[in-house]
Amino acid sequence: MLKVLKSGFFVTIQDLGRFGYRDIGVPISGAMDVLSVKKANLLLENDPNAAAMEITMTGPTLQFDEPTYICLSGAHISATLNNQPIENYHVVKVDKGDILSYGRLDDGFRGYLAIKGGFQTDVVLGSRSQFVPVTKKKRLKDGDEVKYGKMLSYSPIISEVKIEEHFHKNYLEVYKGPEFSILSDAQLTEIFTKTFTVSKENNRMAYQLSETIAGHSHSMLTSGTLPGTVQFTPAGKLIVLMKDGQTTGGYPRVLQLSEDSICTLAQKKSGDKLTFKLV
Amino acid sequence: MKSYPITIKPFGERAVLIEWPNKVEESILADILDFMDAFKQRKIQGWEMSVAYNSLTMVYNEDHLDFEEVKKLILDCYAEQVSPAIKRKRHLWTIPVCYDLEFGIDIEEVSKTLGLSIEELIHQHTSHQYVVYGIGFLPGFMYLGGLPTSLEIPRRAEPRLAVAKGSVGLAAKQTGIYPQDSPGGWNIIGNCPVTLFDPNAKEPCFVKVGDKIQFEKISKAEYELHKIEGEVGIYKPEKVALDA
Repeated sequence: MLKVLKSGFFVTIQDLGRFGYRDIGVPISGAMDVLSVKKANLLLENDPNAAAMEITMTGPTLQFDEPTYICLSGAHISATLNNQPIENYHVVKVDKGDILSYGRLDDGFRGYLAIKGGFQTDVVLGSRSQFVPVTKKKRLKDGDEVKYGKMLSYSPIISEVKIEEHFHKNYLEVYKGPEFSILSDAQLTEIFTKTFTVSKENNRMAYQLSETIAGHSHSMLTSGTLPGTVQFTPAGKLIVLMKDGQTTGGYPRVLQLSEDSICTLAQKKSGDKLTFKLV
Repeated sequence: MKSYPITIKPFGERAVLIEWPNKVEESILADILDFMDAFKQRKIQGWEMSVAYNSLTMVYNEDHLDFEEVKKLILDCYAEQVSPAIKRKRHLWTIPVCYDLEFGIDIEEVSKTLGLSIEELIHQHTSHQYVVYGIGFLPGFMYLGGLPTSLEIPRRAEPRLAVAKGSVGLAAKQTGIYPQDSPGGWNIIGNCPVTLFDPNAKEPCFVKVGDKIQFEKISKAEYELHKIEGEVGIYKPEKVALDA
């Protein structure tokens, strides 16, 4: 078991997501920054879908009760193992009683803790990703214990790599969304020349952008939405749906983020600046 | 012969959106469901499909997709006749609702605004069959069509931060049930004791798109009974097969 001594701001268990239930309104969920979690699982030679801990903004304090191997990726949150700093993309051996803790957020917004074999929490509707009401709990709390398999010794093929983080871009690559054509020339100019700021309303469901563009009065029937769908409200607000986002919506879907850009956005926090770039 | 012009649009790297004419009609929904049956018949792994009114979102989980290739596949399937044997079965569900003031927290206000007595309002709400045009927004939330115009009422000016699970609401041309506690701006007229989304059930959501719903007025005592029966797993709402 991995004991959560202190839970941090928002820590959840995530794998690649829950597929096959969008027809009954269940969002995909899964790691917000799939690229980061995949890299850590790759170094641990895990299944790409192995469940990892997604750590938002501030980190937890965790204690291991069995030896195993871990690998960190994503945001840099000054992680230490028994007070010794550890870096992203290093396979690190941990022993019984070891304490992993986090400090200042230096880079990005969501860090990942991957573990050899993945966390063994319950699978509900094909996934371990935490999302209420599919899973009972929304996030990890103080005192929770998370199951993992013991691993006494293992020699990784590659034990560390230097990686230039993929999320330093300050632009999002987008495709035209289903209602792209409702944008006027003036709105198009605004959307592709303005710099947008991530607002305080940002979470696993959606990221709202602070700046608005000229609004619209286009009304449409509710239709499907995806992670990365950019909704355009009548008042001119842009809302980017993320991994826990609703499966249907009634606002025009003017843009659609590339999957890599969803990972970029997942590492942005309130106040960060972005532009849109059509691919 | 298919009678609808359909539009197929790319939707990001792994999805396409198919749109039927921009109308809420049972015949359009039936055509979408036929197309889905024809597509499923091909047993191509990795696709997820979700319907909402006049559109179908198709997501391919395996890989990025080649739009032109997928478009051709969709048009081929759309041209195909669906044999009755593989057509999905549709049902009419009787869904119990307790309209007591304790649950129907807005029912008095709604009755005043609509100029209907509470009794008449309940009568109208329970005497129509509503078509399930989609499931989305929240797990197990049904988009129902067919509300009589006499029950159309605007959304509340200020949405509530918390609407109780099971709440039955009215908003514009829609009526629906909140499957979980959720923020919401609908006018609440009652509560339904049936769990509409249960992730641990064999079928997490027993209602399917294309089914119909009819509400049935129940007393507080019946409500409590159904609630307990539901918790121990011995209560299921009544259904009858609809012959398409």
